[in-house]
Amino acid sequence: MAFTNEQLERYSRHIILKEVGAKGQKKLLNAKVLVIGAGGLGAPVAMYLAAAGVGTIGMADADVVDLSNLQRQIIHATQDVGKPKVQSAKETMEAMNPDVKVITYHTFVTSENILDLIKDYDFIIDGTDNFPAKFLINDACVMAKKPFSHAGIIRFQGQLMTYVPGQGPCYRCVFKEPPPKDAVPTCKQAGVIGAMGGVIGSLQAMEAVKYILGVGNLLTGYLLTYNALTMEFRKVKLPSHTEDCAVCGTHPTIDHLIDYEQTVCEMKH
Amino acid sequence: MFITVAGNKKEYKEGLTVAELIEAEKIDNPLYVTVSVNEEFVERGTFDKAVLKEGDNVEFLYFMGGGC
Repeated sequence: MAFTNEQLERYSRHIILKEVGAKGQKKLLNAKVLVIGAGGLGAPVAMYLAAAGVGTIGMADADVVDLSNLQRQIIHATQDVGKPKVQSAKETMEAMNPDVKVITYHTFVTSENILDLIKDYDFIIDGTDNFPAKFLINDACVMAKKPFSHAGIIRFQGQLMTYVPGQGPCYRCVFKEPPPKDAVPTCKQAGVIGAMGGVIGSLQAMEAVKYILGVGNLLTGYLLTYNALTMEFRKVKLPSHTEDCAVCGTHPTIDHLIDYEQTVCEMKH
Repeated sequence: MFITVAGNKKEYKEGLTVAELIEAEKIDNPLYVTVSVNEEFVERGTFDKAVLKEGDNVEFLYFMGGGC
């Protein structure tokens, strides 16, 4: 596949990088990334991946755009209120870059459909807003041997880590199981500063792009934390002895996917 | 004794347990924090038995469920 003149110009700032080049840009154009959640995290992830020319991007989200989303979910605009988020996201992404094929899944991701959803993708982005979904994505990616980026944001804080099969701990190694309903607040309950999704989502997009290109070091084995009030980033090394993990350990006790209970307020963003 | 907590070196009394450290550091949601000492997880439920020693490196990892 040769680049068109328009593509050479569009991706010129990538192609000039020795870590990308024409070869790397082709890898991006051939890559498939699934973004689960088209909200605060998913919006910047999807936009940067689309702009970068990631050739196939799946967007999964069951929700519609709400006015209260627009303070941070920059992929959606005022006229999109009421529209399925995946549709609104697709329109923005296609307007940004016609090279990108956006596949929409207007559905909740559950134990029934997740393995089917992720199977065709090279890298998965967890941009969800609740623990049941985060554990489901982790377990499914471990079982299907898919790399993914976990992230969470609340108030003025954010965190992310990257799981690559066979390299370092998974999300469940660190967090074991979802906290009980309402034990730990969601961003709907506690609030989140709008730009936090931009900071952490952009880092998730960066991890996906680096994974596709095969350059640099990923956040495997580390949890990167960000506190906007103190303006501190910390790259916390995670324990590497995780043989006893219930899903990725040597003798896993979780052999099927689990739909943990979600609170009603978590069902709507 | 000196231990490092979330990257900061601090002085604490000898024999301090992880549970006492959680209280001293006023950790949010102490029931649901993940603790590592010298890059090994400390099992939740055993924080009051886990005694820290000079030079230990403690990290607190928090549940962050937002993304919305």
